[in-house]
Amino acid sequence: MDTAQLTIAGRTYGSRLIVGSGKYASFQQTREALDASGAEIITVAVRRVNITDRTHDNLLDHLDLKRVTILPNTAGCYTAEEAVRTAMLAREAGVGDLVKLEVIGDQRLLFPDNEQTLQAAIELVKEGFKVLPYISDDLVLAKKLRDAGCAAVMPLAAPIGSGLGIQNPVNLRIMVEEILDVPIIVDAGVGTASDAAVALELGCDGVLMNTGIAGATDPIRMARAMRLAVEAGRLAFEAGRIPKKLHASATSPFEGVVR
Amino acid sequence: MKILLNGAGHELPEGETVAGLIERLGLAPVRVAVERNREIVPRSDYPATRLREGDTVEVVTFVGGG
Repeated sequence: MDTAQLTIAGRTYGSRLIVGSGKYASFQQTREALDASGAEIITVAVRRVNITDRTHDNLLDHLDLKRVTILPNTAGCYTAEEAVRTAMLAREAGVGDLVKLEVIGDQRLLFPDNEQTLQAAIELVKEGFKVLPYISDDLVLAKKLRDAGCAAVMPLAAPIGSGLGIQNPVNLRIMVEEILDVPIIVDAGVGTASDAAVALELGCDGVLMNTGIAGATDPIRMARAMRLAVEAGRLAFEAGRIPKKLHASATSPFEGVVR
Repeated sequence: MKILLNGAGHELPEGETVAGLIERLGLAPVRVAVERNREIVPRSDYPATRLREGDTVEVVTFVGGG
């Protein structure tokens, strides 16, 4: 069994880490961070072309499209209608039918509008998309999205870009126990390597992050740290951790002490 | 003729096609998606789709994002 693999919508990827492409200093740095992270899926946003910028240097020209899967997002959308429209345009640009569904309900906190997300997900699944919805860690909603045919569920750890790490491990742990048939990918709020490791230790199938890497002082080094953290977290989960105890359990034998 | 392109007025020769517009903008067709009056224009239809006065056109591409 290859512990590092992540299967989404019938396709297997060699890494449980998914990265974003925003906030980097350059396309070159984006590429280097992606390579250092070992991620095989990278999210992108869909935006109007800048008519006045004639260089048209495109992000996708800097990525190895044979090795990495592009995951368009519907970032910036506040309604199901906007998200569906954005997803349709993204698919038309021809990178496949995966979509990270993001429908935002608050401009400052960027929390998802769960109701609009569910509505958009239902429509997008009907249109043949493989939907990965960004949601709060709400089990009832996650089950509805799973039942609607989503390819994964992506509960947030903390607000996008906040770097706060997993704020509610209990909810994620419950989700891991209750949702067994689609991958659970922690998306948003990861700040440093231990946050990513914890996500995997809890039993989540993957983790998605952007600012945690791109915003680090040394993004390439942090990308490498995240790669190791995800691997370590998954190994720890599979190894079966010791239970937590409110007392000690000696590691050296009692007998034979020289007194 | 005048169309609305990505939210702003844009002048084009009468009868210009979507393919022509993409070329004028210096864009690679494989890196964009086009919507005309709220309907997606499939890439294979770019040469045959003639724009009209008052059309609302959106040309999008992928950019960095999380």
